[in-house]
Amino acid sequence: MQTEKNVNIPERWASVLLGSALATYGLKSRSRGGFALSALGGVLAWRGATGHCMIYQALGISTNGEQRQGEQVSVPYGKGIRVEKAVTINASPESLYAFWRNFENLPRFMCNLEAVECHDSLRSHWVAAGPAGMSVDWEAEIINDIPNELIGWRSIDGSKVDNAGSVHFNALPDGRGTEVKVVLRYDPPAGLLGAAVSKLFGEDPAMQVQEDLRRLKMLVETGEIATTEGQPSGRKIA
Amino acid sequence: MKAVCWWGKTEVRVVDVPEPEILNPHDAIVRVTLTAICGSDLHLYDGYVPTMMRGDILGHEFMGEVVEVGEEVTNLRAGDRVIVPFPIACGRCWFCENRQWSLCDNTNPNAWMIESLMGYSGAGLFGYSHMYGGYAGGQAQYVRVPFADVSPLKIPDGLPDEKVLFLTDILPTGWMAAENCEIEAGDTVAVWGCGPVGLFAIRSAWMQGAGRVIAIDRFRERLRLAQSDGRTEIVDYSEVNVFDTLKEMTGGRGPDRCIDAVGMEAHGHFPDAVLDRVKQAMKLTFDRAHVLRQALHCCRKGGTVSIPGVYAGFVDKVPLGTAFGKGLTLKMGQTHVQNYTRMLLEKIMSGEIDPSFIITHRVSLDDAPEMYRTFRDKQDDCVKVVMRPAA
Repeated sequence: MQTEKNVNIPERWASVLLGSALATYGLKSRSRGGFALSALGGVLAWRGATGHCMIYQALGISTNGEQRQGEQVSVPYGKGIRVEKAVTINASPESLYAFWRNFENLPRFMCNLEAVECHDSLRSHWVAAGPAGMSVDWEAEIINDIPNELIGWRSIDGSKVDNAGSVHFNALPDGRGTEVKVVLRYDPPAGLLGAAVSKLFGEDPAMQVQEDLRRLKMLVETGEIATTEGQPSGRKIA
Repeated sequence: MKAVCWWGKTEVRVVDVPEPEILNPHDAIVRVTLTAICGSDLHLYDGYVPTMMRGDILGHEFMGEVVEVGEEVTNLRAGDRVIVPFPIACGRCWFCENRQWSLCDNTNPNAWMIESLMGYSGAGLFGYSHMYGGYAGGQAQYVRVPFADVSPLKIPDGLPDEKVLFLTDILPTGWMAAENCEIEAGDTVAVWGCGPVGLFAIRSAWMQGAGRVIAIDRFRERLRLAQSDGRTEIVDYSEVNVFDTLKEMTGGRGPDRCIDAVGMEAHGHFPDAVLDRVKQAMKLTFDRAHVLRQALHCCRKGGTVSIPGVYAGFVDKVPLGTAFGKGLTLKMGQTHVQNYTRMLLEKIMSGEIDPSFIITHRVSLDDAPEMYRTFRDKQDDCVKVVMRPAA
């Protein structure tokens, strides 16, 4: 995520005009508050001129729908939160593809997923843990499937949670394993359901995906996930 | 069971805690027969390693008898006597396959903590803070050993614990320190610090073909131990100028290989935990990186500086221009203990080395609080403390 354009054209013009006006007004007023206003104006104008908004970047949002066309994602680009993470795993693309292709394996390393049940080779039912003991569920279908290379899926129309994802398996040279890259996108709904979905992806969605991928790596490479939960300490006196 | 627990800065307590259980299929439970306090435990004791929590069980140098194994552990069974290397290695990742065990990808459940500090995480360690995995350590009557099928080495009957315990850390660490020097026949090796790692680095340098070994310290007992092999020369840095002395001793050329077996008090910036310690830690950095700077300065042109001493944070005023100007090679890192245990066990069995010569204090687990203090303050000629957990 460098300085990609994540602001659309009309919004960029608005940003430049409003920013310049604020900057001019602020400077003219010659007060402390005026300088603060002009600084804000400057930032807005810069945002408009470059088309890159740091707040949008922090939030993972883009209003610029023109980019990324042609990139192989199973998700139409638009609003919502997008996360992309990669991990290198000491295993073949074949074995990793086979492991992931059975979606019922996903809850073994995605810590907020409770269960996935496959209806047939394309359709599946997902259940995720939400706050206060509630759970949220949706139906998903596989929309892209190239054996040993990539799998793409999305929630089917009418789901309570719009989300989509894809995983790419890239063999690395000279016995260096496989790069596993995951792209996830979801539209957080409002209200309680939104809170549940937010929990699913964690407070920091990128971190959540990274840690899920770390667990996948541990599971595939070693057959277990490293833990210290349940070990003794002086905090639990015998 | 009894366990030595970290209780805050300069406070350890012997606490009655629950016994460990098998948590994963590659685990084993070991009944500890002998354990030691390591110099690096003093960094924890002094409060310079972030992410310690009150009640954490300490200790990463320990050995004992296997009492239980997980379903996937087929090479060990109850009753086996083992030494357990301090870095926990999965044996299956790319790093383990390339024999870089202490850089294992899969054994630190809290890898994200170190990643935020250093970019990437190495292996989980026993009893060495939550950013290194938060594993309960071996200064206890029992300990859980993850991936017990990979690292523990079986010890034949008849060898006393005291002769093999140091295969867990400091003997391989001294050996790797010398190995990292890439000693060539006739080389002069200078070793800063005659604590346990320095003493083993000295012995290892001789075994690896050094022509001369010069030990630098100021504590009499340590210099005496360094000299006890009858051929190591010593420099007391409290009495002479180290650079001038080394230069003179080496005909104006400088030692070919230099080993910093001192390190510094580990410290680091951890986002939410240690801001209040940063100033103190930074001050320490200025003081304690002295050895590294001096080694870089003293080393001959084209020589090697090997760093087994622990560094964990940022070091200021390192004379990189000196290192560059003289074309030095620097090698460092946590020891890949697993590469050396078998070979060093054979040297112990053949009598080539008896690592127990460094032990100065033999105590029970209950004496831990007092012994941490004694060791830290280097009182009572303390060089190495071993503890027997059995009641």
